[in-house]
Amino acid sequence: MSEPSIELKGSLFPLSVLYCQDFSVAALRLELSNKLAQAPGFFTQAPVVISVENCTQTPDFAAIKQLFTELQLVLVGVCGADSTLKKAAHAAGLAALQPPKAGKTAEPAKPAAPVAPAAPTVITADNKTIDGNIRSGQQIYVKGADLIIRGTVGAGAEVIADGNIHIYGALRGKAIAGAGGDASKKIYCYNMQPELISIAGNYWLSDTLQGDYWGKPVCIGLQDGQLMLAELF
Amino acid sequence: MAKIIVVTSGKGGVGKTTTSAAIGTGLALKGHKTVIVDFDIGLRNLDLIMGCERRVVYDFVNVINGEANLKQALIKDKRLDNLFILPASQTRDKEALHKEGVERVLNELSDEFDFIICDSPAGIESGAMMALYFADEAIVVTNPEVSSVRDSDRILGMLSSKSRRAEQGLPGIKEHLLLTRYNPERVQKGEMLSVDDVNDILAIKLLGVIPESQAVLNASNSGQPVILDAESDAGQAYLDTVARLTGDTVPFRFLNVEKKGLLKRIFGG
Repeated sequence: MSEPSIELKGSLFPLSVLYCQDFSVAALRLELSNKLAQAPGFFTQAPVVISVENCTQTPDFAAIKQLFTELQLVLVGVCGADSTLKKAAHAAGLAALQPPKAGKTAEPAKPAAPVAPAAPTVITADNKTIDGNIRSGQQIYVKGADLIIRGTVGAGAEVIADGNIHIYGALRGKAIAGAGGDASKKIYCYNMQPELISIAGNYWLSDTLQGDYWGKPVCIGLQDGQLMLAELF
Repeated sequence: MAKIIVVTSGKGGVGKTTTSAAIGTGLALKGHKTVIVDFDIGLRNLDLIMGCERRVVYDFVNVINGEANLKQALIKDKRLDNLFILPASQTRDKEALHKEGVERVLNELSDEFDFIICDSPAGIESGAMMALYFADEAIVVTNPEVSSVRDSDRILGMLSSKSRRAEQGLPGIKEHLLLTRYNPERVQKGEMLSVDDVNDILAIKLLGVIPESQAVLNASNSGQPVILDAESDAGQAYLDTVARLTGDTVPFRFLNVEKKGLLKRIFGG
């Protein structure tokens, strides 16, 4: 029996959702151009969904789609549409999507019911401290916390943490901080000679890292989606 | 109770068997009753280096399987009364070793000997794991080149996570670094890693540095552990190493390029 040549499978993708007050093409052009100018290249051909939840009248979806193409964005669809807006979106060749479950919305926050302040959710576990070297072939993963190593991470070793990674020795293996996707996490090491560094999925290999910072005490962070190196002191 | 010392490296061909033979013999020379156990099942070499290949009747696997007792399998060295060899089986493979059997044999040896030297096979598979599992101390044999250093790093990781001491939460295996095939001239030219380079990466205590030497090959071919060739540089370096292993403080030799005299320059050497 031959394998089917096509297959449809459900998957989840990160998409940017555009929230706005004014759905006129002119207003959108101005606002979007300003936004894109702040990070040129970052949103190039990025797939975008427009939230139309607080839209009072049917916008000109065809014209908006045209505008997105001009600005080098890909308009995928709309979300939070009622039946009229859905029809209009479908007519313009756009998909109508469910509103995101836990995303921010442009609606003013409803006055919260008086409940006890929520516990801070950032630290979910104790930081892990390791006294000694991490040898080639060893793998350390710390869920929901920082990893502190009083030693060297050997070539071929991997240290991974959802939080920050501090290495009080040389880093010759791989270090992956913010493994859960938190872009604010950093990697600190006293002697940077890694095979790979990664923060929230953005990574550099040792080829890219050769240069002024190689073998130096370095702090590695993420700025506007770009890895940044800085001397530790 | 004997002290169990594993001689290991990860990488093959760096000098584990040469080192096991030399250190075992050196300990016996110092008066300690010593046995060298060949864990390299299927690739038996230790008997050749020790010069007892014609006297192998029973082996380690026979003892584990109960086909022979320890007395039948142990080969007494012809040169030293207090030195014994437990040869590996040449017809079996590494899977013939299992923890219970190895433990039983080591316990039995432990009652009688001061030192048990385990000559590990290369690699990180079951054979090498068996050799290091019961160890109290480890001699990590490393050549001054990057791949050997990386493999040693890997084995150090195994020592600290896969050994009996690690699994039972006992104090860790005492790790020693032994650099072999060291050539100061090539280090000076930048063709070889220096002692400091290797120390920097592996960060364990240096036990000895054995210079690259013609004497090692000669010794292997003639079945005489190189440590018995006290004239040779490698033999002397192994004597120093054994002295350090038993607690003496001995300065390191053969680290720097020897200044050649006029005669040596003319006639070579």
